[in-house]
Amino acid sequence: MTVFFHELKRNRIALIVWTAAISFMLGICVLIYPEMSSQMGEISEMFADMGSFSAAFGMDQINFGEFKGYFGVECGNVLGLGGAFFAAIIGISALAKEERDRTAEYLLTHPISRKRIITEKYLSVMAQILILNIVVVLVTVATIFMIGEKADFRNIALLVLAYLILQIEIASITFGISAFLKRGGLAIGLGFAIMSYFLNIVSNLTDDAKFIKYITPFGYTDGSHILTNNSIEVKYLITGLIFTVLGIVIAYYKYTKKDIT
Amino acid sequence: MKAIETKNLTKYYGRSRGIIDVNLTVDEGDFFGFIGPNGAGKSTTIRTLLGLISATEGKAEIFGLDTEKEKNEILSRVGYLPSETNFYDGMKVKEILELSANLRKKDCTAEAKTLCERLELDTSKKVGELSFGNRKKVGIVCALQHNPELYILDEPTSGLDPLMQREFYSILKERNEKGATIFLSSHVLSEVGRYCKHAAVIREGRILVSDSVEKLGHTGVKRVTLRGIDSIPQIDNVKDVKTENDTVNFLYSGKAEELLKDLSKLSFDDVTITDPDLEEVFMHFYAREGK
Repeated sequence: MTVFFHELKRNRIALIVWTAAISFMLGICVLIYPEMSSQMGEISEMFADMGSFSAAFGMDQINFGEFKGYFGVECGNVLGLGGAFFAAIIGISALAKEERDRTAEYLLTHPISRKRIITEKYLSVMAQILILNIVVVLVTVATIFMIGEKADFRNIALLVLAYLILQIEIASITFGISAFLKRGGLAIGLGFAIMSYFLNIVSNLTDDAKFIKYITPFGYTDGSHILTNNSIEVKYLITGLIFTVLGIVIAYYKYTKKDIT
Repeated sequence: MKAIETKNLTKYYGRSRGIIDVNLTVDEGDFFGFIGPNGAGKSTTIRTLLGLISATEGKAEIFGLDTEKEKNEILSRVGYLPSETNFYDGMKVKEILELSANLRKKDCTAEAKTLCERLELDTSKKVGELSFGNRKKVGIVCALQHNPELYILDEPTSGLDPLMQREFYSILKERNEKGATIFLSSHVLSEVGRYCKHAAVIREGRILVSDSVEKLGHTGVKRVTLRGIDSIPQIDNVKDVKTENDTVNFLYSGKAEELLKDLSKLSFDDVTITDPDLEEVFMHFYAREGK
């Protein structure tokens, strides 16, 4: 597992920074909830009554005045978007950075198969996503206890699980794209994450655009659905899993045949 | 067994020519020079041998193993030094060497220490802080520390000062005397002439000639130097004429008998007729008709 640990070591600073930033922001969001909740009555109605804007962010279906509603929206913004960015960055750079930094020649002339390199790099990406989410969950649970809120942890766990799957999907797709790149693809990775996020917003605006939820991984992380129905929408999850597998398969297919020039 | 054997090895990058029908044979225990200018196809050949790029046509074997199907087995027996050595920024030299050894699942600590001492390489420095020459030394230690059976070295001495070049070649000679095969690409002909037993010349992706360095010097071409002559002699089959004061110097590719007949008609003080050095052989192979 030399490549796996090498990758973790190489990415440790980025992992620490992103984990700290997302945990800190989510923790702050939870900590300020008691103060926010006293002013929530009017805000909640206002948020729920902004027509398309409310629908776009799912605030027409959940009660922003309740902790789970508040957490669902904040979690969507902080962990959803932040986690998606992190997953996209580490996914898109995983394979491409070796050619970008001209280290591919060093790595690939050692007696280790490309399949093994892909596997260990992918596992490293997954490990980083898991570490980030475990820390985020620990900080979230700790801050919820700190404010003394009796939260529905099953609900919250389901939401966090959906975001974990989202990050895995985004990382897998960008990992697949990474196999084609010869330079860093940061813009492609971030662009993919942002586009996925906004496609979900568009899909919330009108029923005609609901099919987009099959495409964007944010389709199955919709806090309003998860918190209201206590479940992840399986139909969107299945397409997400298909894209995840496709990303991994494409990475193996392309990178094992790729010319390193 | 052959250390390296390629059969009609061909590589195109899209429509661009890489190498065409490269047939190369390197015996085990050989010290082989692969000569050609930039863009001739040296690196493409090497990268194909190492499985970094796949051949468009033809095949290559190292120790009788297919370079595409049995790449890992081959790479475990090969030490490779690229022409441009790049490593992971932020890592120290010793970490790079350790990583290389770990990727080979070998403990190379003792050999790495010896090599670093001989090459005067400070292992506590970060690779990003190193000069081109010192980065090259890191590459050399990575290629040598596991005592491979075959060394594939792409322009190994570029960036090394003359003292280090000498030390590097003395290490290679020691390894070669112990039975290892050395395959190095270079456009520094003097070093190929000095150290290699065999050499091949590549031009525009095709192998022009592959033979012993000694035989390459016997191409039928002679370097003729005439002293005490005041004009350029009118002799057929003469190329690369150089004049300096009362000396005329040229390459002659005709029959020796004809040369002696022509020379007997001229007036001069002294004559030397020698085999050309490898550099001149190289120029001979590279010279186009009419030049």
